[in-house]
Amino acid sequence: MHGELLSKDFPAIDAIIKKYGERKEFLICILQDIQARYGYLPKEALTRVAEKLDIPLIQIYSVATFFKAFSLRPKGGHTIHVCLGTACHVRGAERVLGKIKRDLDINVDETTKDMNFTLKTVNCLGACALGPIVEIDGKHYGNMTTVKVESVLKKYSIKKME
Amino acid sequence: MEITLNGVKVQVEEGWTILDAAKFYGANIPTLCYHEGLSPYGACRLCVVEIGRGGRSKLVASCLHPVREGLNVRTHSERVVKARKMLVELLVARCPQSKILQDLASSMGIEKVRFKPKYDDCILCGLCVRMCEEQMDAKAIGFVSRGVKRRITTPFDIKSEKCRTCGACMYICPACQLRCQGPKADTVLCSGCLNISPSCLEKYEDTMCYMDPCVACLKEKEGNKKDVKKKN
Amino acid sequence: MEKIGSPLELEKLTKSIQGKKKKEKAFISICAGTGCRASGSESVIDAFKEEIKFLGLQSKVRVKVTGCHGFCEKGPIVVIHPGAIFYQNVEKEDVLEIVSETIIGGKIIDRLLYVDPTTGKKITKESDIPFYNKQRRIILGNNGKIDPTNIEDYIAIGGYSALSKALFRMIPEQIIEEVKKSGLRGRGGGGFPTGRKWEYCRNAKGKPKYVICNADEGDPGAYMDRSLLEGNPHSVLEGMIIGAYAIGSKVGYAYVRNEYPLAVKHLEIAIKQAEQYGLLGKNILGSGFNFSVQISRGGGAFVCGESTALMASLEGKPGEPRAKYVHTVEKGLWNKPTTLNNVETWANVPIILNKSANWYSKIGTEKSKGTKIFSLVGKINNTGLVEAPMGMKLHEIIYNIGGGIPNGKKFKAVQTGGPSGGCIPEKLINLPIDYEKLTEAGSMMGSGGMIVMDEENCMVDVAKYFLKFLTEESCGKCVPCREGILQMAEILEDITKGNGKSGDIELLEEISTVIKDTSLCALGGTAPNPVLSTIRYFRDEYNVHIKDKKCPAGVCQALIQYSINAKKCIGCGACLKQCPQEAITGEKKQPHTIDPEKCIKCGACYDACKFDAIKRE
Repeated sequence: MHGELLSKDFPAIDAIIKKYGERKEFLICILQDIQARYGYLPKEALTRVAEKLDIPLIQIYSVATFFKAFSLRPKGGHTIHVCLGTACHVRGAERVLGKIKRDLDINVDETTKDMNFTLKTVNCLGACALGPIVEIDGKHYGNMTTVKVESVLKKYSIKKME
Repeated sequence: MEITLNGVKVQVEEGWTILDAAKFYGANIPTLCYHEGLSPYGACRLCVVEIGRGGRSKLVASCLHPVREGLNVRTHSERVVKARKMLVELLVARCPQSKILQDLASSMGIEKVRFKPKYDDCILCGLCVRMCEEQMDAKAIGFVSRGVKRRITTPFDIKSEKCRTCGACMYICPACQLRCQGPKADTVLCSGCLNISPSCLEKYEDTMCYMDPCVACLKEKEGNKKDVKKKN
Repeated sequence: MEKIGSPLELEKLTKSIQGKKKKEKAFISICAGTGCRASGSESVIDAFKEEIKFLGLQSKVRVKVTGCHGFCEKGPIVVIHPGAIFYQNVEKEDVLEIVSETIIGGKIIDRLLYVDPTTGKKITKESDIPFYNKQRRIILGNNGKIDPTNIEDYIAIGGYSALSKALFRMIPEQIIEEVKKSGLRGRGGGGFPTGRKWEYCRNAKGKPKYVICNADEGDPGAYMDRSLLEGNPHSVLEGMIIGAYAIGSKVGYAYVRNEYPLAVKHLEIAIKQAEQYGLLGKNILGSGFNFSVQISRGGGAFVCGESTALMASLEGKPGEPRAKYVHTVEKGLWNKPTTLNNVETWANVPIILNKSANWYSKIGTEKSKGTKIFSLVGKINNTGLVEAPMGMKLHEIIYNIGGGIPNGKKFKAVQTGGPSGGCIPEKLINLPIDYEKLTEAGSMMGSGGMIVMDEENCMVDVAKYFLKFLTEESCGKCVPCREGILQMAEILEDITKGNGKSGDIELLEEISTVIKDTSLCALGGTAPNPVLSTIRYFRDEYNVHIKDKKCPAGVCQALIQYSINAKKCIGCGACLKQCPQEAITGEKKQPHTIDPEKCIKCGACYDACKFDAIKRE
């Protein structure tokens, strides 16, 4: 979303800030809600938060880059989280990740050219019994192998939707 | 209040840190991220000292640890010196071109760097960040990202509206101003201008690099690099 | 709902709910923990609800959606009451049959029962399954009994009676004394005595005082806190309120990992309900004591499990730890006295008050009391959450409860304590598990993750995995942690790539000592443990990597070769289709071959082959 467009959306951002009582200690929660709304953290939104909460912009930028949950770039239509927790690792999660990287031709934290997929890794989804786990848009796919993950990805690919 | 500092019982005042006490009594503890005018940060860990006795002793950062009655402090125990040497070795591997680190390495007698050099400039001591925030009240720069990706920058990596280009960050930086010219490719260690005559003497007739600040290095920063090459 | 205004009113309410529950004889308890959800339990729940409604049985049979039962390997799990008939791996297609056969007909469906792998016998009752009956589930056990979104379910099992006792029959000092006497220690990893922590905080100068629940469960492979918050949030909340009363705090925070949306949701509901019932907020149970809890969501940083980093993050700053030379019980959140405990620790508190410190301290070993929840994961038959009394032998947990290693493979080691812990080898299989014994073995309790590894896991690779994890998760503030871990990870990378040198192991040990000695926080202070413990017990495996350039477990890509066993290959072409490099050739129904020049060792063929014909060595 461009700057001018976004400035019209300031009431929504203000509402998010208000929801947390305009309190500085809820900065991370506020950023999470903003990210949920736009899929990433737009620069203009962060500037607005800095003004409203009277926090230095650099502090917000520090927080936004410190935590793994935040992204400063727009994400693709579907976000893939490959769990690299220990339980998944010992069951071969790296091979599954490698397969996804090859199939989509992107690296971790990148988005496919058609903006359909963003690939992320996560350190543990807490569903270790089903490892290796791949989560797409919040839905879990357990016991993944290089073979199975291909058909899972197909479900979300653009061609199928057409 | 009384503490034992390197075996000697000394009087200290409440509210002091161990580093304050050591400075007061002339025990020389190396520091990198510490500055008298700024809040202590405890990141470089060079100022670690050993406290406690026997098997229960431990290393603490003297710039942050408050003095307490009866504390037994050793500023240069074997454990402390070993740790400091390893820390400097790690730092030199990160920024072999930092004069301050090369000086520390040669003063500690480090003869070899066993790690792959990274050739970065910043040692992430955070002095500039604290300077900007605490003394200049600008809050224009800060740390971003984490882990090995941590770096110091302005918001969104563009010129900050808060920055008044006062230059305080450059003034206080221990690493970026003085460039070490000497690290050898094979050892990443400088021959050490702290101990022998400065190598730049041959290049510049009237300057010496242990002058503070090193004029030769400043000259080079201004773009005299080409001249130096011509001379050679 | 009118607020409960006195202990008597709470008692009355408890009895009236219990009375109601007695009438309702049959209910179906379906696990909707994250594990079971990922296996499809939501569609099973919907199917049950629809079927019950269709048959008009709503008044007779309640569908109870519960939190995690613990036996995640067999999910979705459905337990039919009365009788506690345990059905495993239930799919929505099974629902019709379960309703008509078991619920209406009273017959047991054989094929959905658990089969004991050692005896081959089918087991009907949940409590007869070895996975459950060898455990001591004083904390987790209630998960299967209650609907976590319904406070009355919790009240019915005696919930909030400990709070009532604490507020009206005890003074704060007595509560602290009781917790001290119980021997409860922090379940988040450090193992600090909880009662003493509370006492320091109560006596600390400064106001206000804060109470924090650490639910930023970052250890990869551990998910007990998630299950508790999802399955029994009120028990955690009750513990927090009691703790707050004991130390004299009015404000509490629950810092929950954002990766756990369901835990956040259930805790939100629990807080709202507790407020409605007068168990949280102003004038709790008419005692005059006020306490409120707010949820703050973590942003995804392992280091925030460290108390000072968590507090920094709660203040809206990056999660960087600070030196703890002045403890957080004196100067914590906003520099005020703060008590921070882990989810599981809080959940222990109501039980201690209800059953007495004497009762509690009889469980466990001399210095480690009570039970501990472990997440038993990795190469193990019965993956799931296990609650065992402290001091239980590792062997019992892995073989009697965990059912051993799958596919007839050999047990190699178990990793405990996450990235701060270490690997315990097979020769220590009889080690009793408590805080001290684990530390002596070079590992630690941590939050209770137990990752089981078999002969196909490479210990150098495991060490490298944790260090790589920590290079990303270190906050990067202090030099030893940021630079030291990176250099260690690079040395390990070299070793696994076949570029190891003699002297590497010694250098790793040397850096480890300094990182442990000089790091600013516990993340750095414990970071070398995975490396040190694997060197301690598996030095030979390191040497084989360095000297012979071989990976005996067949994990390190650069040191292995894939080939096809011509005797086993039937030429089905499954591997050929999966190979991204077209490195596999062969005619149909003829043995295929792999061109080692083209092979990138991705392992896709190994996964695809159903005939065990791909060799990895």
